[in-house]
Amino acid sequence: MTKTQKKIWIGLFIMALLTPLGMLLPRLFRSGDAWGEWGTDTLEKLLGYVPEGLRKYAGFWKAPVQDYNLGGEESSMAVQVISYIASGIIGILIVALVIHLISKLVIKK
Amino acid sequence: MHIPDGYLSPQTYIPLFGASLVCWSVASKKIKKELSTKQVPYLAMAAVFSFLIMMFNIPIPGGTSGHAVGAGIIAILLGPWTAVIAVSVVLIIQALIFGDGGITAIGANCFNIAVVMPFAAYWVFNLVRGNSTTPVRLSIAAFLSGYVSITVSAIMVAVQLGIQPIIAQSPDGQPLYAPYPLSVALPVMALEHLLLFGIVEGMVTVLLLKYFMKNEPELIHAVTIRNA
Repeated sequence: MTKTQKKIWIGLFIMALLTPLGMLLPRLFRSGDAWGEWGTDTLEKLLGYVPEGLRKYAGFWKAPVQDYNLGGEESSMAVQVISYIASGIIGILIVALVIHLISKLVIKK
Repeated sequence: MHIPDGYLSPQTYIPLFGASLVCWSVASKKIKKELSTKQVPYLAMAAVFSFLIMMFNIPIPGGTSGHAVGAGIIAILLGPWTAVIAVSVVLIIQALIFGDGGITAIGANCFNIAVVMPFAAYWVFNLVRGNSTTPVRLSIAAFLSGYVSITVSAIMVAVQLGIQPIIAQSPDGQPLYAPYPLSVALPVMALEHLLLFGIVEGMVTVLLLKYFMKNEPELIHAVTIRNA
């Protein structure tokens, strides 16, 4: 690994440690979900109903770490901050692994 | 910009799956031929970077939030087809593991964010840069490539969401999927990216390009390809 590559990997791990900012700042400024990414509860509040087809599809996939949160919706702030960092690290590992596998499969030596 | 499950009708998400499949198959052929061994270690870093930068949600106070994607700088550094693979991998992992973006919307999200965005970025970068290699011109080209490409990507999302009330309604006229019409979706998505998230994407693109010009200048695909 070259010196630059090592530096970039260190930078990426530092980014992972800082990811909780991406959850805390929106909360601090009371900005809601990204536009068009509301859950059914929020839609109910916005529209007064949940579109029928949307209700059918929403929530059919149970993601292992839903919303980058290991503790569920009611978990404390501390759990959420730790979850975010953990998600960042899990993300780094899985993404790097999958890319590694693809490189092995696709790219000839 | 990660469309969740239930927001797109099957008439929308199935064709977009097809479009993404075609792009993935072309992309894997392209990277087999074109990606140099020097670039391979950067493919993983690029994908990891995109994953992480998308976790940094930026608030619009009292309104909504959004984030940069990094697809523009990846296209400039490693080429647009490599960016297709890097960002698609990220989006699929986000959907499967973190519930960020729907499973049924994987095709749509990959098409908008991992195909349209890198190609728009690459095209804008080359257009603005011309044959110049001056740092100022390269920086302007990089900023605009990030700024324009994320906005174009957001407009794609807005169109797909905004046509849902026309495509699919219940017998009493209620929308079945994404509820807001184009007249709402388009201005909201375009403006928030033109005014805030596009500027962030543009700055991320410039800063990283500057870093690579200083440290690994021969790596930069968009510059070396055209000078070769």
